[in-house]
Amino acid sequence: MKYLLLIYDTEKRWEKGYEKLELAEYGAFGKEFATQILGGNALKPTSTATTVRVRDGKRITTDGPFAETKEQLGGYYLVEAADLDEALGIAAKIPGARYGSVEVRPLMIFA
Amino acid sequence: MIDLDRLCRAEWGHLLSSLIRAFGDFDIAEEALQEAFSAAVVAWSPVPPNNPLAWLYGTARHRAIDRIRQRARSQTLLAELAPFDERHLQSTDGDDAVPDERLRLIFTCCHPALAEEARVALTLRTLGGLTTEEIAHAFLVPASTMAQRLVRAKSKIREAAIPYAIPEAADLPERVSAVMAVLYLIFNEGYAAAQGKELLRQALSSEAIELTRLLRALLYARLGSVPAEVDSLLALMLLHDARRAARVAPDGDLVLLEEQDRARWDRAEIQEGCTLLRAVLERARPGTYALEAAIAAVHAESPSAEATDWAEIAGLYARLLELHPSPVVALNRAVAVAMADGCDAGLALIDQLEPALHGYHLWHAARADLLRRLKRRSEAIISYQRARALAHNASELRFLARRLAELGAPVS
Repeated sequence: MKYLLLIYDTEKRWEKGYEKLELAEYGAFGKEFATQILGGNALKPTSTATTVRVRDGKRITTDGPFAETKEQLGGYYLVEAADLDEALGIAAKIPGARYGSVEVRPLMIFA
Repeated sequence: MIDLDRLCRAEWGHLLSSLIRAFGDFDIAEEALQEAFSAAVVAWSPVPPNNPLAWLYGTARHRAIDRIRQRARSQTLLAELAPFDERHLQSTDGDDAVPDERLRLIFTCCHPALAEEARVALTLRTLGGLTTEEIAHAFLVPASTMAQRLVRAKSKIREAAIPYAIPEAADLPERVSAVMAVLYLIFNEGYAAAQGKELLRQALSSEAIELTRLLRALLYARLGSVPAEVDSLLALMLLHDARRAARVAPDGDLVLLEEQDRARWDRAEIQEGCTLLRAVLERARPGTYALEAAIAAVHAESPSAEATDWAEIAGLYARLLELHPSPVVALNRAVAVAMADGCDAGLALIDQLEPALHGYHLWHAARADLLRRLKRRSEAIISYQRARALAHNASELRFLARRLAELGAPVS
């Protein structure tokens, strides 16, 4: 099974750049689960985000994310895990889980 | 003649757990088992098989395989079926033919990734063998709503790959706690203020007790020991359940603990609960269930309401409050302190809780009761009226109206 681990956090924590210690933790996390991590990235803050919708064939482009929320999507990992318990185990080890939250979503597989 | 309904209730979880293990699919297992029970009605008349369990399992297994074949993409599906354990498809006689996989089933049904109400429904349906209609009645929702809830839960198990497995040792304490929380929720739903549906509610409490016994037995068989909190939970349920007959008056009203006829308490349940609890207290620091059970035990072992050791109860609530800080626990402690040290001491503690509990009818009711005992009549009336404005339960409303009438206040 493939799961996307979406890391939500208050991005204010990152306003003054990434903390060295935490970055090192992400490095260690990546090493620990190297065989299961299929991909992943940190995202630039929502102030750089643009939202696009198409309604009645017309494109509507707006600044920022669609809705104001307390926590913002700040990064993700794509992992391979045997089942949800294993995916949850990996998610719990993401350093960001201690500050924000990690949403664990199974990938849709089209036969 | 075998009572099929009873057999279904008793063996549903065992058979289902084994079929899910064999076929890796909740729906196929459930439908096949239902068909096997339907087939038994005809096939077992007049002579039932020597081993009814093995017959049901064998029949359900064949139905499941048929069902899989019938599906259009049967070939690919058969290949996809995992874990499809061939071992389960061979032997057909003896009870060993039906492996007991209920411990897996418990952990899957009570998985924290499922919504709480879904965990409750799924546990009652799959392990307890209650029908969807029975569960819907007990929770006062339409059967279609309950059916939807079960469908969604099973769909999440499948789509998110919630495992059908006993958690690893490191996760076990947390997951056992999650199971206990579901069982306690079921028990409380059955124990909460009764109106009309008393029989169904009683069935829920009994079911919760039976499931807790089952969890104990399965954990013991698997681990060779049972976490103290599981024993404590069983003790707690038994000690509360023991008062069931005495806590509802013939007119359906709740009878306060101090006014209950203690002769009607179930002595066998009290004894079993107290024995369990004593064993727990000898081997472990009491957790929240143990402390709650201990409080129930003090009441259960007290010969009369007047003889209740309120200082002991206040002390137990104080320890509970340390483990589980909550304004409702603090309110219970305040009431116990009032009984042990006098109404003034209790009232002072209750008043401190106003910010957290001013919207809670039982806070006003408890406060009113102490004011009444202190003969502060007009203040008591105001508090009873506030409690009445916030209460919903019919039985509680009648109780509050009665108290107001006793104080000579107009009851509209």
